[in-house]
Amino acid sequence: MKELSDKDITKLNLKAVKIRKHIIEMLFRAKSGHPGGSLSAVDALVALYFVHMNHNPKNPYNQNRDRFVLSKGHAAPALYATLAESGYFDVRELKNLREMGCMLQGHPACTCAPGVEASTGSLGHGLSFSIGIALAGRLDKKDYNVYTMLGDGETGEGQVWEAVAVAAHYRIDNLTAMIDRNYLQIDGPTEKVLRLESVRDRWSSFGWNVIEVDGHNIRKILKALEKADAHKRQPTVLILETTKGKGVSFMENNVDFHGVPPNEMERNQAIKELDLLEKRLEANL
Amino acid sequence: MVNPRNAYGEALIELGKKNNNIVVLDADLSKSTKTIMFAKKYPDRFFEMGIAEANMMSAAAGLASCGKIPFASTFAVFATGRVYDQVRMDIAYSDANVKIFATHGGISVGKDGVSHQMIEDLALMRVLPNMRVMAPSDATQTKKIVFLMAENTGPMYARVGRADAPLIYNDKDVKDMKIGKGMIVKDGSDITFISTGTMVEPALEAYDELKKQGISARVIDMHTIKPLDEQLVLKCAKETNGVITAEEHSIIGGLGGAVAEILSEKNIHKKFKRMGIKDVFCESGSPADLLEKFELNEKHMVKNAQKLLK
Repeated sequence: MKELSDKDITKLNLKAVKIRKHIIEMLFRAKSGHPGGSLSAVDALVALYFVHMNHNPKNPYNQNRDRFVLSKGHAAPALYATLAESGYFDVRELKNLREMGCMLQGHPACTCAPGVEASTGSLGHGLSFSIGIALAGRLDKKDYNVYTMLGDGETGEGQVWEAVAVAAHYRIDNLTAMIDRNYLQIDGPTEKVLRLESVRDRWSSFGWNVIEVDGHNIRKILKALEKADAHKRQPTVLILETTKGKGVSFMENNVDFHGVPPNEMERNQAIKELDLLEKRLEANL
Repeated sequence: MVNPRNAYGEALIELGKKNNNIVVLDADLSKSTKTIMFAKKYPDRFFEMGIAEANMMSAAAGLASCGKIPFASTFAVFATGRVYDQVRMDIAYSDANVKIFATHGGISVGKDGVSHQMIEDLALMRVLPNMRVMAPSDATQTKKIVFLMAENTGPMYARVGRADAPLIYNDKDVKDMKIGKGMIVKDGSDITFISTGTMVEPALEAYDELKKQGISARVIDMHTIKPLDEQLVLKCAKETNGVITAEEHSIIGGLGGAVAEILSEKNIHKKFKRMGIKDVFCESGSPADLLEKFELNEKHMVKNAQKLLK
């Protein structure tokens, strides 16, 4: 793929800011939901949906599409805002998050919203579901890839390790796992709740190709995704080094914003910060 | 005597020949569930998933999302209770076209004991929205149900027992069988047995014994527990003097529970008895001894019929 210019990257960063603003507004309106893990996931989603993945929002069920599965379903606002900005549905739909009768359920539901591949929210399922997609692609000799984002805390689920073993056993190389390594989960730091380190050693000892990457640097994420796609006979995991609550100063690394939405003052402050960031980025265009 | 598990294996091979989208998954029990028959014939479309049932169920849903028709198999206890959340989210809620085919349902698994005797699966699956639930009674019907599972879209669960079973039907008998439509195997006017799965055959034996005593029993093969054939239940309740349900399952939440719900909501005041495991865990033993101890054979069916008609 051709190298993106600095201007292209700035445009992608602006897209990420826009999505972060959507997330804040959605959660403020809904008065419930998960800001921290939504904000940390945004840059990887932008890299996937606006550059890397082969997908067409006007034809969401095309059999040859690349698939993205959000295993950490509580980051639904990030996925929904990304899908809306990609054109899967009207951006105005976002304001209905978590409302009765709305396609944007509290956690992703594949039967409700276009572009949502799997119904998640109960942690630990997404990687297994993605194995099914990857095996189907192999059977049908299709060259699509499947990308699955897991929370770091989510890897406490036993099912994740079943999937890690099976994907390595079948040498599934059209599958890339992406761990949103933000070091925090509801009850506190991941290393205090249930130690995860060494994440790299765990996955590589199961037979995975491991790539560590700055999860907020879109250029680096894109390079890592290309490496993952090119890697054969092993599944690849990207360990995305991220900051929970990324982009909003008082939410960053603040576990209190795992599952608590901003109040009006916090929402105003967050939008103000993101507006400032947007202006700074626009100055580079 | 023919084993319904073998019928499952044979049906899979026939399906696999007709339809390239049929895929089969197993969790290290393919020799017991007989999916190995498909595995040998179509190795590319068989996925040995190891002793990792949760992953198997979610992966089956992923395959279904790409147009495959996955049959996921293991013992009933592992295909439902162990993976309830995966079945709930990825299969039932997602309305995925996954077919869960479980073997070793009920207590006639025998000597392996409680860990392998599944008596809650019909209840667990029945309570899930979108899920259809079946328990075929012999090898012929098993084959037919496997075909129907593949033909009809949506999440489905079917279970058979471990043991060989006498043939009740020939292919002609099941030709017009439909999911959700019970079968009148024997007609009668005094009492109705509504049986499912392994309990149909003993009901037929009870029919013969009762006939000798001058009692006319009706035997229904309720192979589909959900959606339940409500019309047939109501018809039998109205036309005979009592209803006995029989299942190799807890009396709570399965066929007996489903029939009781219909009868009471429709204000049908008829004599009624649920035969099944009475809210206890069972134990190791030979299948025949266990069925006798837990009062689930033709002898107890006859007794219950006599008692109800008194």
